Amino acid sequence: MYFVSILYAGLFYLATLILVIGVARKVYIYSRIPAPLKIPTTPAPTTKSGVAARLFREVVLFESLFKASKWTWLFGWVFHFGLLLALLRHLRYFTDPVWSWVGVIQSAGVYAGYAMVFGLLGLWGRRIFVDRVKYISSPSDHLMLALILAIAGSGLLMKYIFHTDVVTLKLFMLGLLQFQIKLLPGDPVLLIHLGLVICLMSIFPISKLLHAPGLFFSPTRNQADNPRERRHMSGGSRA
Amino acid sequence: MKKLEFDIPVITHYPKTPAVQPDAMAHCQPFIAKTEHQESLGFPGELVENWHDKAIEKMGELLGKYRSLQVFMDSCVKCGACTDKCHYFLGTADPKNMPVARQDLMRKVYRRYFTFAGKHFPKLVGAIDLTKEVLDDWYKYYHQCSECRRCSVYCPYGIDTAEITMAGREILASVGVGQKYSNEIIGKVFKIGNNLGLPEPALVDTLEGLEEEVKEDTDVDVRFPVDQKGADVLLVTPSADFFAEPHVDGLIGYAKVFHQAGISWTLSSHASEAANFGMFIGSQDNMQRVAMRVREAALELGVKRIIVGECGHAWRVAYSFWNTLIGPFDFLDPNYPAPQHICESTYDLIQQGALKFNKEENDDKVVTFHDSCNVSRASRMGTMPGGQFVIPRALIKASCNHFVDMRQETIHEGTFCCGGGGGLLTDDLLELRIKGALPRVQALHEVIEDHGVTHMAAICAICKSQFTKVLPSYGMGMDMIISVHQLVGDALELGKER
Repeated sequence: MYFVSILYAGLFYLATLILVIGVARKVYIYSRIPAPLKIPTTPAPTTKSGVAARLFREVVLFESLFKASKWTWLFGWVFHFGLLLALLRHLRYFTDPVWSWVGVIQSAGVYAGYAMVFGLLGLWGRRIFVDRVKYISSPSDHLMLALILAIAGSGLLMKYIFHTDVVTLKLFMLGLLQFQIKLLPGDPVLLIHLGLVICLMSIFPISKLLHAPGLFFSPTRNQADNPRERRHMSGGSRA
Repeated sequence: MKKLEFDIPVITHYPKTPAVQPDAMAHCQPFIAKTEHQESLGFPGELVENWHDKAIEKMGELLGKYRSLQVFMDSCVKCGACTDKCHYFLGTADPKNMPVARQDLMRKVYRRYFTFAGKHFPKLVGAIDLTKEVLDDWYKYYHQCSECRRCSVYCPYGIDTAEITMAGREILASVGVGQKYSNEIIGKVFKIGNNLGLPEPALVDTLEGLEEEVKEDTDVDVRFPVDQKGADVLLVTPSADFFAEPHVDGLIGYAKVFHQAGISWTLSSHASEAANFGMFIGSQDNMQRVAMRVREAALELGVKRIIVGECGHAWRVAYSFWNTLIGPFDFLDPNYPAPQHICESTYDLIQQGALKFNKEENDDKVVTFHDSCNVSRASRMGTMPGGQFVIPRALIKASCNHFVDMRQETIHEGTFCCGGGGGLLTDDLLELRIKGALPRVQALHEVIEDHGVTHMAAICAICKSQFTKVLPSYGMGMDMIISVHQLVGDALELGKER
């Protein structure tokens, strides 16, 4: 069993490095490339604070997607905020003592797992049944949904059927944070759950999951509509 | 006229999203630019031998030059939000006309050559080699996009297919496969000064003719000056305004407004064109070169203000790009420190009470308004976001008693392109233009049925030409489409005390 603990600890460190360095590298690249012309999709805010509000609405409310398709918005929003809540719920495995607000959201966090599954199934259904979305889907698009669905599903299985030793698990996780390798429970469902999470973390910087940092660098959303008031100069447009 | 070899789309009671029909428009592409049209713009005359390497190299260059392109290549999650938003998809059902699929033509190649996943697991992520077939698809489908940005409104990451189309066209031109229509026109601008290739004497002659025409109609001496040094205002307008119908009635409208407001103005033979097809082909160099004529003309004539006539993409270039490309405009009157749209100028005059209207002149019309794509989604008028929707409608309402809007999701930021924008207003793409007009025509049809609309006003030379050409295919009169400033000019009370 100790071998598995070492393996998973190593993989977690590796995946974390890939995730952090990979995303930081992409963000660095995005920030270095100039945006030579003003191209906000108008009507657009004319001030920086207006732009911040626009990005906030995109990130929190999925404003543009809401305009586009109510079903995709529903499934997408429910999935993402289910994911957020489920992630926050998992903070209890990484904090000791558990932060009080993390304790408060524990019960809601369980429903978040169901919300994720609901949203993911809806999104997958569109990929299968809507001919336009089917046409644009690659194998990787299906696999990504399968991966996250399996993570959510294995999590729910552990909650309700194949319970794992959460006390030992928490010691393992707290150990990782202090660079100590503690024993990881050997339950198959847990190992699957964690293995898939490691997988997701590792592919983040080389997959479409880059939409998360990408949104903040999207010139059509992050530029203020003030080309007459301020002369925009960047990269190729800088003489 | 040659018999059409395709079916005109049927106007249904409710707009429908079509089922995908792969390759429905695979036969459709514009003429390829001839050697001379390529070379005068600094591109190779024909497909270069090592086009594959050159194209990939160019793509790499553009990825490092435009943040939009790099971020948009990475960010798409294939959610499908854009799939039913493009007028060309709605009109043709070809799935490669869905914005995401149009982007994917390039994204698949980007993944193959520039990403880890695509280099090592191409099948998994849908990455493909750049073959001649792919290059041909680029040429076809990057010329079935009018760069109207409607998809960018609905994309949760703001991905703007126009940016990708422009990059695609620039790569194509750089390996020798430019589009004849756009490149030939840009060449004319450099050589003669305008898209239509109208030389100065012909321009002067045309404008004298207009002076006589207005005099006959109104008994007022409304002037159409050219190259008049010391005038306050330089008017830069699409050259179609000089003689195409219904554009010219808009030009008469501008002149009447200037006359009545007592504004001294002039056109320029050096910059006798507001359009800037450099934007359409994605070439910032050519766009800058075309735009520079305006700065040169303004300085040469010593004007205090610059006003841009009714033209959609020209207003995008003027509003969003001119300050960057040909600014700063520190030589202009500090009260008008930036180039203005003719609608902004007329609107201000109305607010000041400088213009009086006899709206009954337009009582034979029930008018609706077609928001131009580039004005709506890539620029602004006035000081408030959305002024580009309010101000033209205010002009129409000031000069007409009967105005109705079309269905909400087809106006303002959701407006449909006329089907002829982005360098596609050419007869070799007539099938695409007719089919692409369907969503707009559908919404127009509704207000004709429900409100008895007789005219659709527009503020774009391309929209006006396109609708004049395609409306008859749908059983509507070509004279339904008119300039906003025609309505203004017809209702304006001339010669009375100001």
